[in-house]
Amino acid sequence: MTFSDYPSKLLENAVNEFASLPGIGKKTAFRLVMHLLRQDVSDVERFGDNIIKLKKEVKYCRFCFNISDTDICEICSDRTRDHATVCIVENIRDVIAIENTGQYRGVYHVLGGVISPMDGIGPSDLNIDQLEKKVKAGNINEIIFALSTTMEGDTTNYYIYRRLLAYELKITSLSRGVAIGDELEYTDEITLGRSIVNRTPFETGNK
Amino acid sequence: MYLSRLNLSNFKNYSEIDINFSPRINCFVGDNGVGKTNILDAIHYLSLTKSYFVSIDSVNVKHGEEFFIIKGSFGNSAEDEEIMCGLQKGKRKVFKRNGKEYTRISDHIGRYPVVMVSPADSSIISDGSEERRKFMNNVISQFNRAYLNNIIAYNKALKQRNRLLKDYAAEGKFDRQMLELWEDRMLDPAMKIYESRAAFVEHIVPLFQEYYDHISDQREKVSLEYRSQLSKSSMKELFDKNIDKDRVMRYTTSGIHRDDLKLKMNNFNIKDIGSQGQQKSYLVALKLAKFDYIRDMGGILPVLLMDDVFDKFDEMRVAQIIKLVSEKRFGQIFVTDTHRERMQAVLSRINIDYSLFLIDEGVTEIMHNGKKPD
Ligand SMILES: Nc1ncnc2c1ncn2[C@@H]1O[C@H](COP(=O)(O)OP(=O)(O)O)[C@@H](O)[C@H]1O
Ligand SMILES: [Mg+2]
Ligand SMILES: [Zn+2]
Repeated sequence: MTFSDYPSKLLENAVNEFASLPGIGKKTAFRLVMHLLRQDVSDVERFGDNIIKLKKEVKYCRFCFNISDTDICEICSDRTRDHATVCIVENIRDVIAIENTGQYRGVYHVLGGVISPMDGIGPSDLNIDQLEKKVKAGNINEIIFALSTTMEGDTTNYYIYRRLLAYELKITSLSRGVAIGDELEYTDEITLGRSIVNRTPFETGNK
Repeated sequence: MYLSRLNLSNFKNYSEIDINFSPRINCFVGDNGVGKTNILDAIHYLSLTKSYFVSIDSVNVKHGEEFFIIKGSFGNSAEDEEIMCGLQKGKRKVFKRNGKEYTRISDHIGRYPVVMVSPADSSIISDGSEERRKFMNNVISQFNRAYLNNIIAYNKALKQRNRLLKDYAAEGKFDRQMLELWEDRMLDPAMKIYESRAAFVEHIVPLFQEYYDHISDQREKVSLEYRSQLSKSSMKELFDKNIDKDRVMRYTTSGIHRDDLKLKMNNFNIKDIGSQGQQKSYLVALKLAKFDYIRDMGGILPVLLMDDVFDKFDEMRVAQIIKLVSEKRFGQIFVTDTHRERMQAVLSRINIDYSLFLIDEGVTEIMHNGKKPD
């Protein structure tokens, strides 16, 4: 069967929606739609509702920009954590990766990406002003850079480092057992955990 | 070490051939289009794991077939090594040494170095500066892994900086600090690339001069010179000095990416005044200098592949070049030519081991050290 001539427009629309997701081709999309068709109406309603709710009601933590159901995320509202130590990460997946190591008791700051003119991303597209504001308020002792070790990640570290140079602050970065260019989320838990514990003073990399 | 035997299956125009080689000079003669260059390319595969001419491996599978296999025995009698390169269409390339597959194919590179001299080299003279930077990059990176990483880092930061210049011009804004962010990434790689290139050219210039004089009977004066803005200013100074120009042009107008080699004859660009023969001599000399560089840096005598080099030369110059590469400092040589009689005459006057092969329907050895092989 070719996928251009579905017997139903409804079917075709549903398949196209699934196929628009990253990593999903027409064949897989078709399989998923057929699966949903076999489900009870109530199951499919729940499925749809949850996705709509996710998009409509998702919140980002006021402090760290982590995804959260509440105004302030679980991590930021945990009093037993060290709120003076802030780990700078690219995205929410990195928060999950670091949390999974169980080795980190500080809090996070999610940038939302790295600086890359080629991708149209400048400092103002990232949560960098908010970071500086936090630092300015004076309750932070240490900033840990945990961005990917790509040129863009390094350059973003360097940019932030320069902006925070004026404040009294310890700036460190993960010690890497991680190959250059590896992304945090692909690093195994033990290696990642170790590189947080053994973090080292930040070096700009410009000789 | 030399290539003692070559076996091809379904490689380009060959269904199946099996040839034994001389440790010194091997000549292939035959009409245009019979497959002389294809044999050299197969040898190039065994050395650098890829074709000299095309980047897509599957193009080299004989039309109508599904796979090719190239096998070579590298021998100095004591320890023969079997190198095998196989490609099944639609699958990844397999590369083996003594029956054992490489985990990383690139680990093979450098084990059996080759230098190809080909008519395609004329682009080094006729084309833009990028061809000449490629020539340098290709040689230097074989012995300096950091060099390639520096080129990659420099180019990446350059692209980001150029993009910013373009965006700023379009949006009518400007932020020097943001540009500096990327400039700082380029300073160190630029300096290292400059130093490597300068050292490379310094190494090959005297060799090149000597080879050219030898090939040309010293009738004209040639020179080879590395030109880089980095020779007078640091990358940082260049960025600062040219920032206004960069803004107008909307790209980075100075730096290591503007480097060039000046190829001159009697103080003019060889491109403008050199005859075809002179340009060819220039390129042969350049490639022979590259041969020496690779030998000196790697400590292994490369195999020399000379494709159609004699095309525009008279018999005297052919004899001169053959005599040159017969000298001790060269090792195994593969030569192609369309002039069977001329080649036979030239070879009959040297006294080192050689084989002459005729390619028509298949590949036949027609002469070995002056005698017909039995
Ligand atoms: N994949 C292929 N399958 C079959 N023939 C090929 C293939 N690639 C190249 N050829 C043939 O090889 C011949 C060119 O061989 P080449 O070695 O360049 O000849 P020359 O003797 O002039 O150097 C051409 O006839 C071309 O059609
Ligand atoms: Mg040819
Ligand atoms: Zn939070």
